[in-house]
Amino acid sequence: MTGVWVTVAVLALATAVLRLAGPLTVGGRPLPARALIIVELLASALLAALVMVETFGKGRSLTLDARALGVAFAAVALWRRAPMTVVVVGAAVVTAVARLLT
Amino acid sequence: MEAARERRRAGIRRGLPFGIAVFAISLSFGVLARPLMGSLAPIVMSIFVFSGSAQFGALAVLTAGGSTGAAIAAAVLLNARYLAMGLALAPSLLGRPLSRAAFALTTVDASWAAASRGDGTFDPWYMVGVSIPQYTGWVLGTIVGVFVGPRLGDPNALGLDALFPAFFVALLFEEARGRRRLAAAGGGAGIALVLTPLVPAGLPILAAAAAAVAASRMRS
Repeated sequence: MTGVWVTVAVLALATAVLRLAGPLTVGGRPLPARALIIVELLASALLAALVMVETFGKGRSLTLDARALGVAFAAVALWRRAPMTVVVVGAAVVTAVARLLT
Repeated sequence: MEAARERRRAGIRRGLPFGIAVFAISLSFGVLARPLMGSLAPIVMSIFVFSGSAQFGALAVLTAGGSTGAAIAAAVLLNARYLAMGLALAPSLLGRPLSRAAFALTTVDASWAAASRGDGTFDPWYMVGVSIPQYTGWVLGTIVGVFVGPRLGDPNALGLDALFPAFFVALLFEEARGRRRLAAAGGGAGIALVLTPLVPAGLPILAAAAAAVAASRMRS
């Protein structure tokens, strides 16, 4: 439980620092261009990694189960410009129905 | 001041649909976080962190059995984009440091994007407005999720475990535009798949940061 509260406290602090750093230090030295590009690319790289681990991961192994159908639904729904709520709720419904049928 | 109030109101109207979507997403965060984090910590987290990707990211690592350190590191890297967003926002924020800080703390992806005027400048009061319904939806959704969660039964039977990746796909869809970002996403996905069977939970996600470094060498 201590770990949970440490996670909450550190993330609250770190997120505030990340949000404040730019606006409070402008006039100071900006980040080098290359570092700024890496910072911009981090979200894409980590989000894609999270999608893989959360869709196919099962502990320390990879597996193909009902979650993949839900995520496939989400991808198609996004491509068809469905609203975010439809995308995430639909993914859960598709996964639940697939589990019910297998 | 009148103009500021008008811009804020316009922002709130723009933010209402985001607020509804965010409510549904944070409700599922509350449901999924409760068994691992108890009922108070997820709510405190939503109040003070107010970031879907970081909160789901940290929860994902912890749920997979990753360490506290890995959960924190993954969430901080996910939120590193706020640094770039803040640097872009900075010249548009006027006034004393305290007021600049107050504006900066309302930064979330959808509001930042909505407040961009497209010429490199931002409308700060509009951004605050768009954030208000999202903050309300995020905190209320978490509270509802934490309290209805235990009455829902098995979260997996409801497909709630698919909400994590579906939410990340939705964020990725917005984020990964352009050659370099697509390359970073492809590389990150590959690294995570290869490393999942090999290293402890959480590390495959951290290692995906290497794809961002590699993709930064590409021409945009």
